[in-house]
Amino acid sequence: MRHIISILIENESGALSRVAGLFSARGYNIESLTVAPTEDPSLSRMTLVTRGSDDIIEQITKQLNKLIDVVKLIDLVESVHIERELMMVKIRTTEHTREEIRGMADIFRGKIIDVTPTTYVVEMTGPSSKLDAFIAAIDGDSIIEVVRSGPTGISRGEKGLHL
Amino acid sequence: MELNGAQIVIQSLKDEGVEYIFGYPGGAVLHLYDALFQQDEVKHILVRHEQGATHAADGYARATGKPGVVLVTSGPGATNAVTGIATAYMDSIPMVVISGQVPLPVIGSDAFQEVDMVGITRPCVKHNFLVKDVNKLAETIKKAFYVATTGRPGPVVVDVPKDITDPRIKVPYKYPKKVSIRSYNPAVSGHKGQIKKAVDLLLTAQKPIIYSGGGVVLGEASKELTEFAHTLGFPITNTLMGLGAYPATDKQFVGMLGMHGTYEANMAMHDSDVIIAIGARFDDRVTGKLDEFCPHAQIIHIDVDPASISKTVKVAIPIVGEVKPVLEQMLEMIRESKKKPSKKALESWWKQIDQWRAVKCMEYDRSSQLIKPQYVIEQLYEVTKGEAYVTSDVGQHQMWAAQYYPFDKPRHWINSGGLGTMGFGLPAAIGVKLAFPDSDVACVTGDGSIQMCIQELSTALQYNAPVKIINLNNSYLGMVRQWQEFSYESRYSHSYMDTIPDFVKLTEAYGHVGMRIDKPEDVRPALEEAFAMKDRTVFLDILTDRTENVYPMIEAGKAHNDMTLRVADGTSTDRELA
Repeated sequence: MRHIISILIENESGALSRVAGLFSARGYNIESLTVAPTEDPSLSRMTLVTRGSDDIIEQITKQLNKLIDVVKLIDLVESVHIERELMMVKIRTTEHTREEIRGMADIFRGKIIDVTPTTYVVEMTGPSSKLDAFIAAIDGDSIIEVVRSGPTGISRGEKGLHL
Repeated sequence: MELNGAQIVIQSLKDEGVEYIFGYPGGAVLHLYDALFQQDEVKHILVRHEQGATHAADGYARATGKPGVVLVTSGPGATNAVTGIATAYMDSIPMVVISGQVPLPVIGSDAFQEVDMVGITRPCVKHNFLVKDVNKLAETIKKAFYVATTGRPGPVVVDVPKDITDPRIKVPYKYPKKVSIRSYNPAVSGHKGQIKKAVDLLLTAQKPIIYSGGGVVLGEASKELTEFAHTLGFPITNTLMGLGAYPATDKQFVGMLGMHGTYEANMAMHDSDVIIAIGARFDDRVTGKLDEFCPHAQIIHIDVDPASISKTVKVAIPIVGEVKPVLEQMLEMIRESKKKPSKKALESWWKQIDQWRAVKCMEYDRSSQLIKPQYVIEQLYEVTKGEAYVTSDVGQHQMWAAQYYPFDKPRHWINSGGLGTMGFGLPAAIGVKLAFPDSDVACVTGDGSIQMCIQELSTALQYNAPVKIINLNNSYLGMVRQWQEFSYESRYSHSYMDTIPDFVKLTEAYGHVGMRIDKPEDVRPALEEAFAMKDRTVFLDILTDRTENVYPMIEAGKAHNDMTLRVADGTSTDRELA
């Protein structure tokens, strides 16, 4: 099953490599990984998407918790949560397709953030599945480049991952 | 007090109460060595290879329970230490390794003797630090000791760039009495509800067994474990790492379990209905085939490391906490409980176990004209009255030492269990001897293993650490040969050394006493003579039966009840060797 593990980690050099190293050393897979500082400059927040059986996910969370730099973590999938990913797609356009692509971006609540005579860059956020759907909806041959941030998430309600 | 970085390191070690530091100098640590020279509280032991430094510190730590301390230079000094660090990591040994590093401004430039020590050691340390500010040096060292010695212990590396130890830069020094790390809070006492559940299960068990490991040694819970077993009257087995945590001469002890464990221990595990695992981690050498591991048992597992629980074997009742307080709590509950273990069930369980014991799986050919390695270990036990510290290397000799020297006290059996590091025994013995100069220290080794760190004979002379080396010499890498005999139709691929040195001459060249023994009747007198030479290191090169194998054996991928025993007449297979 797919799990989203959200980690508060010391904002120190090498912390990221401890997490990445753990996954490669123990043969766990990482689907995506995003990391950025938080409002507390001493902490970074990492969102890691992985897949595995319940036993493996249990080991992953235990092994992550064992890392001295990991302050706290939760598996977002265990509770109600919101998941978002940012995507930018550079699409080759022609006179005939510009209208259609604009319309498609509208339907998916995307924004066109760069325009040249022959290209658009569409910015879109949403759950990963929605971004997948957009990619599937447009002609694959017209895509020049896709950049995705990997999902990040937050739990609903008052609960939060903080110190 | 204002000190420079080099002085801060040394003063921090003093304030930490460090007695010995095992090391080897080099460019990046010259400032540190200069500071070492100007004091005499912390005693430095100059090894002959950095691997020896880590093993010696490791041996010291295993025997004393105090952290071992290592000092090495950058680059090759650091990489040479890695094997010893990984050895300590696998067996959860507290160790602090200070490695020199090139100066901060040149890190990353492929400078002379530069290596990314923090990167290289990341997977084999509990934690590591790169010191970037001399003002944080003392606190970092304190943190290193704190992390290394608490929770599940382990090695910690502190990588110190040369400019951090610059003698010209002085900063205020204060060694913190305590440190806390917000993300590190190891569990101490276990969950009371879980402990209660475990006690209830134990008291209803019909065929229970206690399976305890190195965690009992590390957690100083030998006394509690013994009392626990005596109170319940259950059979108890120890892992290789746990030997000595429970007195091996006690009648409830059924021997070591696992690949080379006793028939009775493995059969009892396989047939049991309740297992309590105490400070043990269900290593693959213990469990054998996982799918068939203890099929009828409900398992209770006490461990300080939550990640050890249900890692390979699913357990019914996990208890995260230090073994000592958990056992104390359990004992109290057992005493207060109205329920008592079923006498009748235990009686019939012991009857069954005695039948397994009657198989006498440890018998060997005592009438052989050749020296049997098992006999050597038995004689070693008698000559040292069972009180020696015994270190070992890795291979057949290690298993024989574990099987035929019954350890009654913890911290006396010192071997590389998890990583299985050949070369461990001699330097470890030196570390032990320095810690306990009045005790007998024996290194049981083989002709393969001893050559991996034999240069430390020189260290033993320089620092007057007289150890006795029991070399079970069969001219083979015996355990490899045994596996090749069992699994590769005796194709002895590169497990034979055609040119073994004359160990007697070699030992003499190092300034010690060497003896060669090739007759069974000479074994005992030679051991007595060697141990009578209190102030000399003695190398006993004992030429043993080259065909001897370690039995019983659970071959890889087999279950506990599928053991290979010695053939019925008590002799080993008489196969011709190449």
